[in-house]
Amino acid sequence: MERLKLSLRYLRRNTSLAIGLGILVFLVLFTIIGYMVIDPLIDPYPLAGPASTAPTLNYCPRTDPECEKTEPKAYIFGTDAQGRDLLGVAVAGTWMTVQIGLMAGIIGLGFGAFLGFTSAFYGGWYDMIVRWAVDVMLTVPGLLLLVVIASSLGNQTITVTGMGLIIASIAWRGPARVIRSQVLSMRERPYVMMARLNGMGGMSIIFREMMPNLLPYLGAGLVDAVTAAIFASMGLAALGLGPLREPTLGVTIYWVINQSAFLRGLWWWGAVPIVIVALVFVMLFQISIGLDEVANPRVRRSQ
Amino acid sequence: MRYSWSFVIKRFGLMLLIIWSGATLNFFIPKLTPRNPLREKLLQEASRGGYIPPGFEEMVQAYEAKFGLDRSVWQQYLSYVQDMLRGDLGFSISNYPKTVWELILEGLPWTIGLLITTTLAAFLIGSLLGALMAWPKASKLFRYVLPTLLIFGAVPAYVIALTLIYFIAFRLHLLPIGGGHSIGVLPSWNMTFILDILQHALLPALALVLAGSGGWAIGMRGMMVTIQGEDYMTFAEAKGLKNWRLFYRYGVRNALLPQVTGLALALSFIVSGSVLVELVMGYPGIGTLLARSINQLDYFMIYGIVFVIITGIAITMFIMDMIYPLLDPRISYESK
Repeated sequence: MERLKLSLRYLRRNTSLAIGLGILVFLVLFTIIGYMVIDPLIDPYPLAGPASTAPTLNYCPRTDPECEKTEPKAYIFGTDAQGRDLLGVAVAGTWMTVQIGLMAGIIGLGFGAFLGFTSAFYGGWYDMIVRWAVDVMLTVPGLLLLVVIASSLGNQTITVTGMGLIIASIAWRGPARVIRSQVLSMRERPYVMMARLNGMGGMSIIFREMMPNLLPYLGAGLVDAVTAAIFASMGLAALGLGPLREPTLGVTIYWVINQSAFLRGLWWWGAVPIVIVALVFVMLFQISIGLDEVANPRVRRSQ
Repeated sequence: MRYSWSFVIKRFGLMLLIIWSGATLNFFIPKLTPRNPLREKLLQEASRGGYIPPGFEEMVQAYEAKFGLDRSVWQQYLSYVQDMLRGDLGFSISNYPKTVWELILEGLPWTIGLLITTTLAAFLIGSLLGALMAWPKASKLFRYVLPTLLIFGAVPAYVIALTLIYFIAFRLHLLPIGGGHSIGVLPSWNMTFILDILQHALLPALALVLAGSGGWAIGMRGMMVTIQGEDYMTFAEAKGLKNWRLFYRYGVRNALLPQVTGLALALSFIVSGSVLVELVMGYPGIGTLLARSINQLDYFMIYGIVFVIITGIAITMFIMDMIYPLLDPRISYESK
């Protein structure tokens, strides 16, 4: 109870974190409640409902105008031109997009952190090769690398898991660089020297001694990696290289562009993914700023 | 002479390494997958007739021999590198008689024009707003600008572009909905055509500037806050200098230097920065070309565009690194 009060008091000071976590709670509740309402195997896919219906609470097919009294169906977010229920798309698509981001982010952070730790710790030729590889790979726009990978795989084979793996193949670059520079500054600290003198092996120094000290950075790094992964997955999907059969947010935006939803006046079709995407990115951005304040006390604004 | 030769050579080597890696990835990633674009294309053409003619396999083999695909991977790689060195990117599959390079040259001016303008505009607007936010004598209204800009900056530019299309172009009819110029207008160098182009470029530019200026504002605000604590600011104020002079000559001018480093970095992405915004707007640049090639499975086109963009980035980064010491006299690459 006391701890809860303390964390709430901290959140009042760290407004960014509070806003970010607030949106996170909202999205989690939306997904949980949404999954109770929709049928995730039918509603987010084509032909689940009537085509191009504006948001309505009591929908009646033209063949049965009397149903208003009996059992009208509600499409509170409307439906798209292929008859997907956009409420279903919003609920299932958000979760799928977050899944892709988490998968790619965690794999990328893990691999990147491993490269960063080992290259900074061991130095020498190995460090030089890793550094050049990261520098070169960071120069090449990630989206383009992904375009080459995804287009040579062919869009028939891409699933939600496949998408996560494709994105993970470039997600290690950022974490590798950040962790490497942190470890470089930490390598000469007295406690690492003590561990060396005690005859600890390289790997156990990295994992037992240095890793715990870098946990705040790894946490902030995870948020950044997930943000970058979601960004990349959405860009790739919007280009038409996503899991086209699944209703992820990026694929929904691809359909909105491809079928010119706005020019046909189907504003709700575009509004649903755009609002959720904006919420997701603002949430990640605020959490990232908030965590930065937790991780580096020097950033804390002097007010 | 502010450069040392070893630095120039090192940077040049890095540039070549980046270009070479881009070309190599382009060659080997498709080779690792089980797809065969040539067979797919032939199959697609053949099945238009309703059935697959006898001797289809021989045909595929004949074409593979013609394209040199029957040689060993290393021989193919060597001739691929030779082609790249000569700037020969091959032919487009879906617009056959045209070469990849011709099509890219058609799109490049549009992309570069749009991106140079928007990068500079975002830089100027963002820096100015950031400076005003940190300036105690400025209007309190600027306090609310940053959060708004930052929210725009967190959302991808093409999502902003989609929203703008709906409200500004579709609902209010203020600007054209898409494209680079009006259909049916012949490109020529007169006033109406230039105005037409500017009108079409305004919406994608607005999206890119909205998405881009938040980052500049944060950096500038931070620098301005630091600079206000400097002694020369207190001294200048004590001398009774005019407010705008304090702001521009003493504040902004000193705070701007670190921003310029960032600008150099941002300018190296002028070829790749707007791929998705162009796609959303139907703007006739490289991005739309890339999206169309992906939809038409035009592999040579996709790899060609990726290669050109990577090369562009590598070269601009090299040039920016060479220009930077000229801008900031405190930086020199001389060997100690």
